[in-house]
Amino acid sequence: MSDLTRLSAAELSSALASGEVSSVEATQAHLDRIATVDGDVHAFLHVSDHALDVAADIDRRRAAGEALGPVAGVPLAIKDVLVTTDMPSTSGSKILEGFMSPYDATVVARSRAAGLVPLGKTNMDEFAMGSSTEHSAYGPTRNPWDLDRIPGGSGGGSAAAVAAFEAPLALGSDTGGSIRQPAHVTGTVGMKPTYGGVSRYGAIALASSLDQVGPVARTVLDSALLHDVIAGHDPHDATSLTDRWPSFAEAAREGARGDVLKGLRVGVITELPDSGFQAGVSASFREALDAMQAQGAEIVEISAPHFEYGVAAYYLILPAEASSNLAKFDSVRFGMRVNVPGGTVEDVMAATRDAGFGPEVKRRVILGTYALSAGYYDAYYGSAQKVRTLIQQDFDNAFTQVDVIATPSAPTTAFRLGEKIDDPLQMYLNDVTTIPANLAGVPGISIPSGLAAEDGLPVGIQFLAPVREDARLYRVGAAVEATLVDRWGGPLLDRAPILGGTR
Amino acid sequence: MSEITPDLVRHLGVLARIQLSDEEVEQLTGQLDVIVDNIAKVSQVATADVPATSHPVPLQNVFRPDVPGDMLTVDEVLQNAPDAADGRFRVTAILGEEQ
Amino acid sequence: MAKAKLMDFDKALELFEPVLGFEVHVELNTETKMFSAAGNPANEKNHAAAPNTLVAPVDMGLPGSMPVVNAEAVRSSISLGLALGCSIAPSSRFARKNYFYPDLGKNYQISQYDEPIAFEGQVEIELADGDTVVIPIERAHMEEDAGKLTHMGGATGRIQGAEYSLVDYNRAGVPLVEIVTKPIIGAEHRAPEIAKAYIATIRDIVRGLGISEARMERGNLRCDANVSLRPRVAPGEPTPPLGTRTETKNVNSMRSVERAVRYEIQRQAAILADGGSITQETRHWHEDTGTTSPGRPKSDADDYRYFPEPDLLPVVPSAELIEELRAALPEPPAAHRRRLKAEWGFTDLEFQDVANGGLLAEVEATIAAGASPAAARKWWTGEITRVANSEGREPSELVSPEHVAALQKLVDEGTLTDKLARQVLEGVIAGEGSPQEVVDARGLAVVSDDGALIAAIDEALASQPDVLAKIRDGKVQAAGAVIGAVMKAMKGQADAARVRELILTRAAE
Repeated sequence: MSDLTRLSAAELSSALASGEVSSVEATQAHLDRIATVDGDVHAFLHVSDHALDVAADIDRRRAAGEALGPVAGVPLAIKDVLVTTDMPSTSGSKILEGFMSPYDATVVARSRAAGLVPLGKTNMDEFAMGSSTEHSAYGPTRNPWDLDRIPGGSGGGSAAAVAAFEAPLALGSDTGGSIRQPAHVTGTVGMKPTYGGVSRYGAIALASSLDQVGPVARTVLDSALLHDVIAGHDPHDATSLTDRWPSFAEAAREGARGDVLKGLRVGVITELPDSGFQAGVSASFREALDAMQAQGAEIVEISAPHFEYGVAAYYLILPAEASSNLAKFDSVRFGMRVNVPGGTVEDVMAATRDAGFGPEVKRRVILGTYALSAGYYDAYYGSAQKVRTLIQQDFDNAFTQVDVIATPSAPTTAFRLGEKIDDPLQMYLNDVTTIPANLAGVPGISIPSGLAAEDGLPVGIQFLAPVREDARLYRVGAAVEATLVDRWGGPLLDRAPILGGTR
Repeated sequence: MSEITPDLVRHLGVLARIQLSDEEVEQLTGQLDVIVDNIAKVSQVATADVPATSHPVPLQNVFRPDVPGDMLTVDEVLQNAPDAADGRFRVTAILGEEQ
Repeated sequence: MAKAKLMDFDKALELFEPVLGFEVHVELNTETKMFSAAGNPANEKNHAAAPNTLVAPVDMGLPGSMPVVNAEAVRSSISLGLALGCSIAPSSRFARKNYFYPDLGKNYQISQYDEPIAFEGQVEIELADGDTVVIPIERAHMEEDAGKLTHMGGATGRIQGAEYSLVDYNRAGVPLVEIVTKPIIGAEHRAPEIAKAYIATIRDIVRGLGISEARMERGNLRCDANVSLRPRVAPGEPTPPLGTRTETKNVNSMRSVERAVRYEIQRQAAILADGGSITQETRHWHEDTGTTSPGRPKSDADDYRYFPEPDLLPVVPSAELIEELRAALPEPPAAHRRRLKAEWGFTDLEFQDVANGGLLAEVEATIAAGASPAAARKWWTGEITRVANSEGREPSELVSPEHVAALQKLVDEGTLTDKLARQVLEGVIAGEGSPQEVVDARGLAVVSDDGALIAAIDEALASQPDVLAKIRDGKVQAAGAVIGAVMKAMKGQADAARVRELILTRAAE
């Protein structure tokens, strides 16, 4: 069997179902791939030592005639923000080094129940704060397209793992773009569900009203297959929706087949002028829109006047909620403890948090503490929550005129490691197109739109849909993907540099 | 426009229980000053007539029945404890309110 | 620590007007906790659970854990709000109160801030002489309790001087309703009494609703007492603003509430009269010394940075639910008391005795277990209260109403005399078992065997031979000495009346 790691999850699923390939073979192939390339890529913080046992069990059950779901036996990478009982969960932080959760995150439990084979935990910006994975306490992950460049963040590990063919599927989390922006810079697919569409139970919280867990893959169909496994109400998460979701895989297949783009009204936002973005990013975005128009879509210019306040509101709400969510890391019940001879427990807490948190985390915790403090609440956190309402209204208005909104997934292609690390504000502006979706709770997907001419690096196009219209994104995403892949003569990732061999 | 001073940053460090070195205080003061200047503009559009959104997708009355479940064993509770004794977590002396 | 100067209470009241306020925390007795499905230690059946055996992930703040609201706790909170005469908020929500403390699993407490579930109510309380006072209620809101800290290594088991502390999260997440009064003005000399009566009334209400065990000694009902003074002014002069208040915690019994309020009035009056000022602070009540001492002065701990809890959704009770709960409310304490008074047939004074001792529920339960009202009252306000006072405990802690009724039954049957019954009670209080078990173990039953009595009588007569002659002579009271001797010989385990009968029969032979 030719390289199993080059198969999509859908292709692997067929091969497993037909008996052509065993899960042990598939899992071994991916573990081998990890061994070959991860020294360079550093997508994984932990590789499972019992993945083959899990795979063998799936094979055994399949051989015994048990009816298994579509993704049973397919390997899965898991962002280290999700707690797992059988592997450490660090959320990219030293303060949680070696932490073993006594319970599995709901999405992990559902993945296991669906027969997915966890390969390991992937790298991320510490506590999901960042856009480049450079803020991981365990060293950065590198973009498989160019090992001197960032893979995006905070979920750079999951995106890089998938882009480097170390796993066909990965779980990620998205608070302000942490699934979508890494997808953009690595030429892969990443989806942020409607807020509440996927359980957050067991996802180490960053900003509770913004966080969502979502799928990371190389194709839209693969992303949909994983999304089908994890979606749905969880009684452990009070904010999870009780809606019954349609099959996203079905929606993706429909999109690839039919005339979804004909008559589709696609909104382009005046206040997110791609003319101000990197030239190659803008060009790729426009090419994708042209391709859609050629298929019968209608491009509509729409105004979202409050989007310009999105980044500001986000960088008030996130730090505020994060400052509260990270208070639990205090040396008492789990995690790092710095001993302070003769010190009170307060001294130990303060010393531990100083040693255990990196600079970006400290920055945001201090900022968040400020935004919530007495006398400042109304001007800062309180005001940001109002901006949220205004942005939701902008979306509501927009969706009366269009079916989906399209934006570039980020202003630039993958920048070099170290390039923006010293300028937090510059780093924050990476999220300008992805943040509004988290503020409003609407779903968003990023799919590859091409390579930027000036640097040959991947560019992604983002689609946004109204709340609960996740299936629409799979239909549209699959249709655009089919169109573009057809134009290119093959997936974008075919053009990625070969790792583990000659460049 | 923003009021970020080293004293304020030190105070925030105390509130957040993060021991900050002088160097950290200085760095943070500068960085936060710039950031806050940038994000303060939210108050321009956040007028009195705009309601605040704390939950992106409105839900209400989400409850759980009063039925036991979900409990950890003592071993699970303590499995990551930096220090424990007698089935309880152990911490150094507390300087605090009388309980 | 130097002993604080106290002004004479009456003098203090002459110069100053006391203003009170109370924050009472009620632990609900639901099956599970407020925000997790772990067993609730404030429910009787979990009361003796070993440390850290009633902990769900969110109670100890495990990464990724999330709260979910207990439906029953919401119902109980609404019922309590209604019983306090409050309006129920059409929409209320939870908020995070952020501060760091080792007993707080997440280092924030989920509470309610600007949208409490109940607000604007009043509670009628009854005082010793039958006067009623209306206490205005500001709000009642839902929140969760914190874990328990045990301080080790120091001399007194208290925080000062402790070497280390142990943390148990069983109590973390227990459902609490916090009831906050508005400032209580006009209490005057009766302030300490009113304090006690208010707490007793809250206790009666929650017990009547069946939503809490409400045992102060177990921490099911906790009271923080706020006291401030303002100077008296001549009529016509404008009312001075409210004085600086202190908040006294660790007030663990009805007795403590009354004493602590009285103490704070006296302490603050002394300071103000000397020209000093009151520090706004939290103080700690010490039952042993009958004093308060300062806690850590409020500093940065004041900034709780409240914000709406993003993991929980608003509580929007339907009108139907509220009416359903309102219809199910038991009669309010004042009406309840009036009915009991009529049923029991006590005099006003007898009834006050019971009510003021906070013993209504105990007497009621004892009567339900079969005793007569008079007997129930006699035991609870008599011997049981006496022992409770001498041991510094609550009467309800000492013995159950069922045991009291059983004890009285033994007296009614003639198995015990009143005097013997008091000994048996002592045994029951000491934990030796039920009244019958104590009687058997200690052999305290009245001897009903005439043979044994006659033998004792004969022995007594042997040393007092002229008694029979005196009785035959008409001096019946001479039997007294023999009765006394027999009772002594029988260690009190004889029915004195029967002994007397037997002696007189003997004399008649």
